[in-house]
Amino acid sequence: MTIASVTQLVCFIALSLTLVLGSLGVVLLPNIVYSAFLLAGVFLSVAGLYLLLNASFIAAAQVLVYVGAVNVLILFAIMLVNKKEAMAEIPGLLLRRVLSGVVCLGLFLLILRVDLTTPWAVPGPTPLGDDSTVLIGIHLFSDYLLPFELASVLLLMAMIGAIVLARRDVFSSDVITGEAADQGLIEKERTPLLLESTAGETNLLEKV
Amino acid sequence: MITSWPALAVVGAGIDLQSSFTSTLEGFGLSQGTAHLLWLPLPMLLVLVAAVIGVLVNVWLERKISAAVQQRIGPEYAGALGVLQPMADGLKLLFKEDVIPHRADGLLFTLGPVLVLVPVILSWLVVPFGQNLLISDVGIGVFLWIALSSIQPIGLLMSGYASNNKYSLLGGLRAAAQSISYEIPLALAVLAVVMMSNSLSTVDIVNQQSGAGILSWNIWRQPVGFLIFWICALAECERLPFDLPEAEEELVAGYQTEYAGMKFALFYLGSYINLVLSALLVAVLYLGGWGFPFPVEWLAGALGQSVDAPLVQVITGSLGIVMTVLKAYLLVFIAILLRWTLPRVRIDQLLDLGWKFLLPIALVNLLVTAGLKLAFPAFFGG
Repeated sequence: MTIASVTQLVCFIALSLTLVLGSLGVVLLPNIVYSAFLLAGVFLSVAGLYLLLNASFIAAAQVLVYVGAVNVLILFAIMLVNKKEAMAEIPGLLLRRVLSGVVCLGLFLLILRVDLTTPWAVPGPTPLGDDSTVLIGIHLFSDYLLPFELASVLLLMAMIGAIVLARRDVFSSDVITGEAADQGLIEKERTPLLLESTAGETNLLEKV
Repeated sequence: MITSWPALAVVGAGIDLQSSFTSTLEGFGLSQGTAHLLWLPLPMLLVLVAAVIGVLVNVWLERKISAAVQQRIGPEYAGALGVLQPMADGLKLLFKEDVIPHRADGLLFTLGPVLVLVPVILSWLVVPFGQNLLISDVGIGVFLWIALSSIQPIGLLMSGYASNNKYSLLGGLRAAAQSISYEIPLALAVLAVVMMSNSLSTVDIVNQQSGAGILSWNIWRQPVGFLIFWICALAECERLPFDLPEAEEELVAGYQTEYAGMKFALFYLGSYINLVLSALLVAVLYLGGWGFPFPVEWLAGALGQSVDAPLVQVITGSLGIVMTVLKAYLLVFIAILLRWTLPRVRIDQLLDLGWKFLLPIALVNLLVTAGLKLAFPAFFGG
């Protein structure tokens, strides 16, 4: 048992360190790509903490959803608009940083106070282990059915909204301003390059 | 007649190497914890070695089968029938200079291939070769594999970005897009199987198929799911006809363009280990895993032997390993044959196939499986 508990402690310390340092890196690093990659590390260490809490299903879901989908999409967006240009100088940058730092510190102190004053039940409830997968399913389809379905409707709305914003050509007028949409800007007609060039050549031949 | 007589699914305790190993060590006077600690690295090392040897076999098969498809002879001089050729390839890569391109991001450039390889190797955790012949029978089983395989695109994006090369970046982006698109139908196909076996654990999925030998394999109950899974697995492994991320006519070599030496070898290793892993999982999910085409229990009964006799257990265990590997390499053979006979799809065809064809079909497959499970619980694992 001692070996198991020592391993657990070492894993906990390592995961917490990567979590805290990684999150600081996400916020503080100037390079946005590094921040995005560090975010993946943060998500992975959160999944590791779930594993330590014997919640393997949640850990795998965390990896699948946050690392595999959310983080990859963030990276995708960053790399598709990968312009290596210096950001424009913002007036009063130092003041802004100090202010946001103060706000974050205040929030941190608040959470710390809650953490220290709450009488935590130690040790916590006994973990269910592998049975938790079945229980999560039962809860999702009984007492948590409404929030579950509401979340799916919310996601559907977000998806339709994204499609509408991305494909404005389905509307004759602009959704926001109400003016007639400039269809020419939305989708340029394909210029048949090969046909044009061959047509030009025949013209040349005719001239000759 | 397709059935899964649950009453006949004799699941013996099988050989438990772990408990015998630890009890032997405890017999030498070691504590239980130390014995367990000494046991832990053994299966991991064994599986790692098995994976690497699997890759060597795979490379040799790829060379020989491609040669046969193109009516050549293929490697011939390195060992009998050229079996040592993959070793030569590997040694060559090991001794090549490790080049990091000028103005590339050194840290991300190094980390990328590692992030591609590690999740693939971790996924071998759940591949069973027998009742107790796997590293860990974790409860979330195949879900762990799906989750781990979603880490890979991050490594691909990382190496594509860090190479400071347009082709690499494009290859990385393509790899990530492809991986995300095909993960969903893949997961849905797995979900149908999981629904029939009432468990995510790979061992339970195989045991559920062990009732009547070949007749109870999932491929008869999930033919559509099998095809979806196989197509998606090929796409996830970036095998032709889906090898767009490294399409050599368009992108030089995609995200691998700037890599040389051992870092390139890591990509190479990763893709082949992934192929073997996918083939093994197809065997586990649809082809009865370690099951023999007819139940071994019947054979033992016909020969008048008890299934629990030690010698019979050793024989059935070895037979299980042989069957798993045989099924996996049959699928690898099909994958290699596909690679050397089919043309590559275009990127728009790839995305159309994934989103507009496979995803709806996978959803319908899931729905039909659920309906059949409710209607015929005896045949579809009620």
